Amino acid sequence: MSEPGGSPPSEPGEPVTSGPGEPAEGGPGEPLLAVRGLRVWYGTGGDPVRAVDGVSFEIGAGETVGLVGESGCGKSTLGRGVLGLLPDNATAAGEVRYRGRDLVGLSRRELRDLRGPEIGLIFQEPMTRLDPLHTIADHFRETLRIHEPELGDEETRKRSLETLARMGIPPTRFRQYPHEFSGGMRQRIMIALALVLRPSLLIADEPTTALDVIVEAQILQILADLRENFDTGLLLITHNLGIVAEACDRVAVMYAGQIVEEGEARRVFSEPAHPYTRALLRSTISLRTTGLHYIAGAPPNLIDPPPACRFHPRCPDAMAVCRERDPIEVSLAADQRVSCWLHGPEDEIPPQGAEPLERTEIAIAEEA
Amino acid sequence: MVADPTTDPLLAVRDLRTHYSVRGSFIDRLRGREAGAVAAVDGVSFDLRRGEVLGVVGESGSGKTTLGRTLLGLVPATGGSVHLRGREITGLPERELRPLRRRLQIVFQDPHASLNPAMTIGAAIADPLRFHGIAADAGDRKRRVAAALERVGLAPASQFADKYPTDLSGGQKQRAVLARAIVLGPEVLVADEPVSMLDMSVRAKILELMIALKEELDLTYLYITHDLATAKFFCDRIAIMYLGRIVEIGPASQIYDDPKHPYTASLLRAIPEPDPTRSVPRDLPRGEVPDAVSPPLGCRFHPRCPRAFEVCGWESRDLRTLLETRWTRMAEEEYERERELVGELDSLDEPAVEASLPAGPGHTDEEALGVLEAMRAEAPDDPFWKGVAELQPDGSGARVRFHEPLVPRDLEVDGARVECHLHDPEALAAARAAAASDGPAVVAEPT
Repeated sequence: MSEPGGSPPSEPGEPVTSGPGEPAEGGPGEPLLAVRGLRVWYGTGGDPVRAVDGVSFEIGAGETVGLVGESGCGKSTLGRGVLGLLPDNATAAGEVRYRGRDLVGLSRRELRDLRGPEIGLIFQEPMTRLDPLHTIADHFRETLRIHEPELGDEETRKRSLETLARMGIPPTRFRQYPHEFSGGMRQRIMIALALVLRPSLLIADEPTTALDVIVEAQILQILADLRENFDTGLLLITHNLGIVAEACDRVAVMYAGQIVEEGEARRVFSEPAHPYTRALLRSTISLRTTGLHYIAGAPPNLIDPPPACRFHPRCPDAMAVCRERDPIEVSLAADQRVSCWLHGPEDEIPPQGAEPLERTEIAIAEEA
Repeated sequence: MVADPTTDPLLAVRDLRTHYSVRGSFIDRLRGREAGAVAAVDGVSFDLRRGEVLGVVGESGSGKTTLGRTLLGLVPATGGSVHLRGREITGLPERELRPLRRRLQIVFQDPHASLNPAMTIGAAIADPLRFHGIAADAGDRKRRVAAALERVGLAPASQFADKYPTDLSGGQKQRAVLARAIVLGPEVLVADEPVSMLDMSVRAKILELMIALKEELDLTYLYITHDLATAKFFCDRIAIMYLGRIVEIGPASQIYDDPKHPYTASLLRAIPEPDPTRSVPRDLPRGEVPDAVSPPLGCRFHPRCPRAFEVCGWESRDLRTLLETRWTRMAEEEYERERELVGELDSLDEPAVEASLPAGPGHTDEEALGVLEAMRAEAPDDPFWKGVAELQPDGSGARVRFHEPLVPRDLEVDGARVECHLHDPEALAAARAAAASDGPAVVAEPT
């Protein structure tokens, strides 16, 4: 049986212990996770796919960060890149510091030891991650056997039941098989399998996308309780801005392999600084939608993305400079940062650079 | 019967049923259990009026997809009727259904799976024309395909007709699927989650296209979705489905502004809005949609309903759920201690209005009863306790008698139709009588 939950974060409610031989934790004030200039490219030939192309962000203990953007913008690759869960044809560069230790360049074995007890992973499709031939009890026993072999049978059972109960799965169902559970229950089981190892960081990739709205709300409440009760850091990857508004402290907006805006969720939703963020918010259909809006065009292919600002061909506010120079990240008030020439820095914009860009009509042929 | 196309509904659906038989497991057969039937659609009635967009909204397992497929004859109805312009279409042999499919088309959720990867887009759209023998010749067929492609925005058609599905984006594929659906000139389009696999930034474009097609081609839509937000924008009327039944149907404005069924209200409250200053309330229905093989007694929503009361259908399985939920909240030692007091719970799985919670080996009926009393003392306001008529030791365990369940009737309330006892004066009266009969036989709160 493969590692069921993928990755494990650290102990809820208890101090996290470093694995054997690990260097000491990062210095005081160091965030749980600090990603700096991360690149993940697929393909080794002359034309790699630059799925993640220079991304920086942080997650603090007990903090939930939402990662949003259209399909094909590199969200899932970023989540997997943080965990070192990349296919053989991918190359990662840059820094992923977890508790002060750089994960980029660690061996597969070292990464495997971290996934589970330190960093947990929750996927979208729980059924594909649970082994139909094994009971829920088996899954927990196997997970704990791999990562905490010193735990006895009794302790294993106890820890498993405790974690399941917290997810609302009664002890009476411990010996049942995955197919005996509903979709929402299976996702709870997957979350429990990640949490039983008590990780301090959890990466959840579209964890509720396959679920109904009421069950989705139940799962989001579980994740919120986790943050409050156990100080678990959470990276929540989703295409649903409603979920970000509901569940996240901060939000990072990803476009074409880069984070174009990041900040406190309330702030970014009320005063989106990047035209892409604004367009995403406007295109979201909610109960309060009174008109339909969409983003012209489609995200570019990441082998040969547009020059300078990658959003400029679709941007309603594009200026001449946007096609010429890479945008420079600018810090705004309240811990919000944006990479867009509309926010300057003005002294970097060449003469006539602020002239509106004549946009070629985007044909449906290039649209989604 | 001659239909009057101006006033008669395009589709009149009455008491439609689609039951799938399921074979029990080997063990079930050994035990002599009957193979069950999944009542995916279980008595559904509505009219689809010419030119309207009717939304069918429900969670997975509600039967909404089966409903759409049954209307098209893709799965056989096992009961009830569907009249298309006055003509009964259920039970028609394939030979007679085929010409009707020109008038009734369907679009599925997954555009990738809807298009044959080995066929060009042009060939895929020409296929139904060939099948129905519509185009006069190859030239005519090509013209019709081009017209359909351009109408859905895949223009110029010459640029798309020779492409394969893999060359197209998700949104473009769904456009191609729509082109194939309209090429035959249908009257009714059943659209089953047509945008839910698409990115938010694309959904609006496809919905806009569907609105335009409806106007240009005088179409009528049945829009099947789990998404109340797109349905609100898109639909004239909404039908809310739960476990094979329409529990509420009415004008969209009314469903959203003044939902009558607690299930509708819960669905609306559960949607996370893209507004961080608002949050989803925590008192949402517990659990998930139960198994349609053996739906809950009485009102099918009662086990999850925050407003359920005496006559809503309380039964043995609800007792098991409540006990198990209680145990998830207990510390392990406490759970182990309590678990010993009661025996196996399997006897509660058979739906019944009288249930016996057996005492554990070496324990007394009073001890089993004590578990239930403790449970009641902990959450006396749980709607479950309204359903309990009597609680007594019976020698081998704790016997629970529930109030007689009533099946909700189809009621007319303020122009909407709703199946909920809260709106039924007779059910409310029955509940009052039931509550009054809860006499001294009911065990008092433990002191």
